[in-house]
Amino acid sequence: MRREPPRTLADYTPLAFPALMLIVFFVIPFSTMIAVSFFQRNPAGFYTPDFVFDNYARFLSLFFAKVLGFSLMLAVLVAVCCIAIAFPFTYLLTRQSRKMQTVWLVCLLSVLSLSEVIIGFAWQTLFSRTAGITNLLVAMGLMTEAKALTPGFGAVLTGMVYQALPYTILVLYPALVRLDPTLLEAARTLGASPVRAFLNVVLPALRNTIVATLIMVFVFALGSYLLPQMLGRPQHWTLSVLITDQAIYQSNMPFAAAMAVFLVLISLALVGLTLMLGRRENAG
Amino acid sequence: MSGLSLNDITKTFGDFTAVDNVRLDVPHGTFVCLLGPSGCGKTTLLRMIAGLEEPTAGAIVLDGKDITPVPTHKRELGMVFQSLALFPHLSVGDNISYPLRIRGASRDAQKKRTEELLALIHLSGYADRPVAKLSGGQRQRVAIARALAISPKLFLLDEPLSALDAKLREAMQVELRQLQQKLGITTIVVTHDQREAMTMADLVVVMGNGRIRQAASPIEIYRKPADAFVADFIGSTNLLEVTTDSAGRAIVLGQAIAGLKLPAGASKASLSIRPEDVHLDMPGKDAIGGTVTFVRDLGGTIETFVEAGGASIVSVATPRERPNVKQGQKVGVVLPPESCVVLPQ
Repeated sequence: MRREPPRTLADYTPLAFPALMLIVFFVIPFSTMIAVSFFQRNPAGFYTPDFVFDNYARFLSLFFAKVLGFSLMLAVLVAVCCIAIAFPFTYLLTRQSRKMQTVWLVCLLSVLSLSEVIIGFAWQTLFSRTAGITNLLVAMGLMTEAKALTPGFGAVLTGMVYQALPYTILVLYPALVRLDPTLLEAARTLGASPVRAFLNVVLPALRNTIVATLIMVFVFALGSYLLPQMLGRPQHWTLSVLITDQAIYQSNMPFAAAMAVFLVLISLALVGLTLMLGRRENAG
Repeated sequence: MSGLSLNDITKTFGDFTAVDNVRLDVPHGTFVCLLGPSGCGKTTLLRMIAGLEEPTAGAIVLDGKDITPVPTHKRELGMVFQSLALFPHLSVGDNISYPLRIRGASRDAQKKRTEELLALIHLSGYADRPVAKLSGGQRQRVAIARALAISPKLFLLDEPLSALDAKLREAMQVELRQLQQKLGITTIVVTHDQREAMTMADLVVVMGNGRIRQAASPIEIYRKPADAFVADFIGSTNLLEVTTDSAGRAIVLGQAIAGLKLPAGASKASLSIRPEDVHLDMPGKDAIGGTVTFVRDLGGTIETFVEAGGASIVSVATPRERPNVKQGQKVGVVLPPESCVVLPQ
């Protein structure tokens, strides 16, 4: 079937509903937030409409720069860890029998049904001194005494990777299933060991999928505010935690809005940069 | 011995026996076609030679060395897949030089060899093109060049020409055969196209139900098929029943055929005769009486279908020797005994 470009206004009607939804649920709230970010805080009430840059000015400090830097670093690390674990896992999963694949996918989907709070508490227990996994290591003779792993950076990272991993696998799965298995066999007949064939053929063939998944997990991790609080120390709190704090506990909506707008701009810039680099390499 | 030996190879998948006790010796430099209907085990056999499947029993011996336990990437072979399996993210040149790069060849050596191979497949100057921009026949040739890059000991092809249109396929068959003769490389091609096998092979191996039914030169397979399966699969043939009468004469469709011998002790057998060997004549004493049911004039050849004694016989003639018969006409079918192959039943 040949696709004709739309000519008249009537050709655009199928777009009306999604466009309306986007406007109501995305454009309007986001514009409101941008507007609020320029408002003045009113300690007695909520905020008064104004046009000041105070909120952005307050943000430009070493403290918030450090928090922003940490948030971005954590999100990147989560994305990289997820891909590093999920890619080989999903690849091996697609080589299993259909029945086996279904069982695994159902298990992964059930992980998605867990709330973030439950995941946080579960990892708190698992990383605790009294009931945690270190007791197992002690029993196996690998450690001399049990210790608490939470709060700490490792605990935050583990919790967030655990939460994002099912999404990563579900996004990678269709692309890996469609991958022609003879590509790998061809590489092996040409002299590549199985590991080398995987690195030389499977990874490059799925480059675009991997970049897209990285971005998805990055954005997903950037918005996480519960797990850093539950599993980390204050220095492990992300910008999202501070935004929540300002918006809900300090009732400083304009400042929270300014931080949120800033975070969106920074992540958009990073995503754009990644795509641009990807395109340049593809062309070259 | 120099060459490839398959010693009693068997492969089972659960209860299903895909390859059943195959024994075959392929001298060095031979062009072999594994021929058979789909599901006959020919692809499985090829994949075992490549090391992509492990035989359940038996040994694969190359140049006197048992390579059964050697993993694929250490077998030093070249293989062309049905899907070609060209790497989509690499250019034509990078695809061809991939096996050289894996083996750590220098950049100059890679470039030199790639150019040689591109010249061999008549695609000089295509090194920097992406594979997606090539036509079907060009991709085919790139896949062949890539498989030949290391000058492998074995050249394996799995239905390599099946994706091409009929005209291109015929041309590639000739090209592939000439290439193999030039390089003198032991080559094994899996195909279900008997014409392809006849064009290219030194040795045709007809397989059915996981077993080798006959392994011989193309002309021998055609002229002296070992059984009815082979006779029917290679080209078209007339399969008729032969019996003996009290005088010991061979009887086909109620007509005694002088000079035709049945195997000693047998009273019944099958007879295979190629359509081009069947002659049509006036109805007479020494011919099988029949009626022409259809004449298919293809210009280059004329096929005449004759109904005789409950069987249908096809005769093929060239326009020069035109039988000049019409539908519904009574004819005599002559089966020259020297062209008849008697097969055990």
